[in-house]
Amino acid sequence: MDLTVEWGQVHALLGENGAGKSTLMNVVYGLVRADSGEIHFDGRAVHIGSPQDAIKLGIGMVHQHFMLIPPLTVAENVILGNEIATGPGVVDQRRAISKVAELSRKYGLEVDPAQRVEDLSVGIQQRVEILKALYRGARLLILDEPTAVLTPQEVRGLFEVVRALVRDGAAVIFITHKLAEVIEVADQITVMRRGKVVATTSPKESNQAELARLMVGRSVLLRVEKGEAKPGQVLLEIRDLSVQDDRHQVAVDGVSLEVRAGEILGIAGVEGNGQNELVEAIVGLRMPRAGAILLGGRDITHASTHSTLEAGLGFIPADRHRMGIVLELPVSDNLVLSRFDLPPFARWIVRYFDAVREYAVKLIKAFDIRTQGPDQLAGSLSGGNQQKLVVAREIGTQPKVLLASQPTRGVDVGSIEFIHRRLVEERDHGMGVLLVSSELDEVLSLADRVAVVYRGRVVAIFEQKEADRDRIGLLMAGAA
Amino acid sequence: MKIDRALRQRLFAAVVLPLVSVVCGFIVAGVAVVVTGSDPIEAFTALFQGAFTNPRAFPETLVAMVPYVFLGLAVALGFRAGLFNIGAEGQFYLGAIFGVLAAASLHGLPGIVHVPLALASGMLGGFIWAAVPGLLKARFGAHEVITTIMLNYVAFQLTDFLINKGPMSDPHSSAPRTAFIDPAAQLPILLGGSRLHLGLIVAVLAVPIVWFLIQRTTIGFRIRTVGFSPGAARAAGISVGWTLVLAMGISGALAGIAGADEILGVSHYMPASFSVGYGFDSIAVALLARSNPWAILPSAFLFGAMRNGAAFMQLQTQVSSDLISIVQAIVIMFVAAPAMVRWILRLREVPVGGLQITQRETAGVSSET
Amino acid sequence: MTDFLSHLDIAGFIIATLVASTPLVLAAMGGVMSERSGVVNIALEGIMLTSAFAGYAAAVATHNLWLGVLVSIIAGMLIAALHAVLSIQFLVDQIVSGTVINILAIGITGSFYRTYIQNSELAGTGVLPALHLNFLPNAPFIGVITLAALALIPIVHFLLFRTVFGLRTRACGEHPLAAETAGINVYFVRYSNVILSGALAGLGGAYFTLQQIGNFLPNMTGGRGFIALAAMIFGGWTPVGAFLASLLFAGADALSGRLQIGGVQIPYQIVGMLPYVLTIVVVAGAVGRAVAPAADGKPYKKS
Repeated sequence: MDLTVEWGQVHALLGENGAGKSTLMNVVYGLVRADSGEIHFDGRAVHIGSPQDAIKLGIGMVHQHFMLIPPLTVAENVILGNEIATGPGVVDQRRAISKVAELSRKYGLEVDPAQRVEDLSVGIQQRVEILKALYRGARLLILDEPTAVLTPQEVRGLFEVVRALVRDGAAVIFITHKLAEVIEVADQITVMRRGKVVATTSPKESNQAELARLMVGRSVLLRVEKGEAKPGQVLLEIRDLSVQDDRHQVAVDGVSLEVRAGEILGIAGVEGNGQNELVEAIVGLRMPRAGAILLGGRDITHASTHSTLEAGLGFIPADRHRMGIVLELPVSDNLVLSRFDLPPFARWIVRYFDAVREYAVKLIKAFDIRTQGPDQLAGSLSGGNQQKLVVAREIGTQPKVLLASQPTRGVDVGSIEFIHRRLVEERDHGMGVLLVSSELDEVLSLADRVAVVYRGRVVAIFEQKEADRDRIGLLMAGAA
Repeated sequence: MKIDRALRQRLFAAVVLPLVSVVCGFIVAGVAVVVTGSDPIEAFTALFQGAFTNPRAFPETLVAMVPYVFLGLAVALGFRAGLFNIGAEGQFYLGAIFGVLAAASLHGLPGIVHVPLALASGMLGGFIWAAVPGLLKARFGAHEVITTIMLNYVAFQLTDFLINKGPMSDPHSSAPRTAFIDPAAQLPILLGGSRLHLGLIVAVLAVPIVWFLIQRTTIGFRIRTVGFSPGAARAAGISVGWTLVLAMGISGALAGIAGADEILGVSHYMPASFSVGYGFDSIAVALLARSNPWAILPSAFLFGAMRNGAAFMQLQTQVSSDLISIVQAIVIMFVAAPAMVRWILRLREVPVGGLQITQRETAGVSSET
Repeated sequence: MTDFLSHLDIAGFIIATLVASTPLVLAAMGGVMSERSGVVNIALEGIMLTSAFAGYAAAVATHNLWLGVLVSIIAGMLIAALHAVLSIQFLVDQIVSGTVINILAIGITGSFYRTYIQNSELAGTGVLPALHLNFLPNAPFIGVITLAALALIPIVHFLLFRTVFGLRTRACGEHPLAAETAGINVYFVRYSNVILSGALAGLGGAYFTLQQIGNFLPNMTGGRGFIALAAMIFGGWTPVGAFLASLLFAGADALSGRLQIGGVQIPYQIVGMLPYVLTIVVVAGAVGRAVAPAADGKPYKKS
């Protein structure tokens, strides 16, 4: 494949998850070796064998998962690998801090260089990442899915920085799968699908619908189709819930919510504002400090995960690889992961594999999981199919309430459509769904009601029709 | 083509890797023999004679194999739960203490009751001694490697305290040991004129039982799931803490039965200086078998033969039986580093499942000023 | 009890504790460097045992104790380098690799001990010079390796928290991929730190043979390498913390010695359990308060 980026331009690299965008950029940054082909920089063929080579050429990269070291300070993170030292290898903290402060003033990237990175919000952490690249003299800046974790207002701020850089003559490669952003910020657009470039165009020559078609290879619905919700009785009730995080800080601060039968309650918020802790507390993975959780009238505040699942909760965890599936176990075992010890899958302590396999075959078909069969290891499925596996398992138990945390993170458009459709279907059949997603668009299109969280508190709840994107964005950023 | 590759991979893991590891172990040990100024051929010949061809050598090899089977299963079961039980030695001691307690203090029971009772008592001792680090890990996150090693030292001191002029020592003997066990609690001899006892049958039977436990029961499923992914296990409602305690406990029970079995089958009393590293060796037994219960049998046989042969080798030549530790260390090293064996044999890397990136895009980025 | 108190000589006890802490603090600082760079080092025990032997053998051969110390340190670095190759290069599980080294150490020292030491009539090497504190009752003394260990505490602290090398070390132990993207050679940093930990533990090994008794005995390290790991954890992966924690364990050791001399009626085996039980208690109690480097124990593989 070929890709040409010009100075003074924002070049968007568009493609869905797994299309190869990040891999390609990791090659350019020297983290992954290419099998063949060459890279030209400033008109010369160059060899980039390590990030060091890339840095020397003036290439900087802001990764989707930040490459920051949480317990170190901002200044230490920025200078790391290119340290300001006095004498024989002793770090000069004072000069490092003043240098970083100077740089942050110059580019309007406000940040306190002496603060520890772990105490910063994700938006500020991203600024540190950009500073890191600029400190190393980057002229070509690669931004990998930079808006995934930002509020709409923060996204606007980022775009301003990007435009300023380009005005100075730098080049920016902007990796994303979000169509609207591409139209807004890019000068050139390259669309990738399954590791190949399928089109090179520009915002003037194209539109969102066409880009979506190019990206997926067929026309896609940009909206979720769903009818009016018919909410019934309250199934899940959360009262004044307070939960601490792993560092014993208050993460959920007096939250009260209700999920009714036949509705999807969406939780909007920048990641790290207590959503994970809230979900974990409901499902019994984390003990609340105060408050109560009731499921169908039954108190499950201090129940174990085993009991909450038994009481009628379904749980799609945010982190698929760490919590959703066991990569080393077959698809069939993964599909009964929360019920393997119940009949007909087991009697006394002996497991019955025929029953497990039969059940698995049924779910594989019903949820269109592309696999070689129930005995295939879950780790060898594609991301989308792994996620469908989790969804199948959790919906398969027909829970009263489904907790869906980032249910479509990192999966292909086809799987996203499928999962969204299933969530709406289950809602129509009377299930209550609590949807947590950092993708504001997902929440806005799926949820019947939207609760906005900021710093562990619910700051507002909207009906879907009243939910205004800008208003919610401001609330997510803490502007009341 | 796909099956062929899978087959090749399994063949490599099950046959080539262990074989190369053992051969390399002996080569390195041979070098050590040369460095200490002895003749490796002479030493290894003595080792072989001591293990197989000397009179009564073969049954003695089987006698030495018995504790390795139990202990190898114990360590392997721990691995399945993601636990590194380095405390098998201490649990082995506790099994012997509990075993000798039941076997020496009770009298008048028929053998068919007394033997299983004493073995069960040994299992209980091992269970308790191993469940403690399990609990400490589950409750406080204390790493089992440190706690089990520390408990080994405590077990040695405890044994010395109990048996060396302590509450369990035989008042009629000047040697630091317990009284003899009740004759009914002795494991019957299988082969006249040898020390080969019924424990071998028990050990061989333990293999399918442990296999069934791991592969076919809900307990085994819990253990494996926790070993693979504690996070996913927790999210699915499996109690990770209790599974860890249980896995450590079962592992310890297997080590404990080994200790009791040694008392009932071989020594018939417990000396203060009980084991000489059976428990430590079992880490190598389990790793060589790659934690597969069936593979524990040949692995334990090999280590039984080495232990038995090494004693003769030390008598016959100037070479220390500690040489076997070198073989063990090298075996573990190679088994744990398949990449190294591939490198030695110049084998191409066979990709595992879908976990490795096999396809990478090529790139041609160019920029112009 | 009054009998016991009359034997309790506070200054002597403090000195004894300080001396007994020597191998612990050296190995624990080795553990700090290694684990701060992301490599778990349970091989400390085996490194110390091998170094104790190698240093002794060299001192016997050359009649020079200082050369013995040097050989101890070099032996420690070599063994640690094996741990580095296995765990960094060949991606062997770091605990398994450490276990390999611990077993190997028993095999090597045991084999050589039987051949060269057990049956020979070596008189031993004598011990390294010491600082004699004649103004104190019972005239206690502090060996030179203990003094070196005390001097190394601020040096290692400075290295870890003030230098470029230390900054890179901590980066590799927290988030090696981030360090790599910042242009740092993660392999180099991890190799250096593991080998450095071998040098520190190697000096700790020399303590046993060349400072403490002037002789080698099989398995003479007696689990000190593992106790040092506990001290490292309890000390929050810092040199100063590791030193303070080492004093605690060494104090238990020194106390158990004194209880016996003092004629207190506790079986010596029960007293002997004290350091080990204390280690278990501390490891269980310290976790949760101290946080290990985030990438500690995780192999790093460049794609």
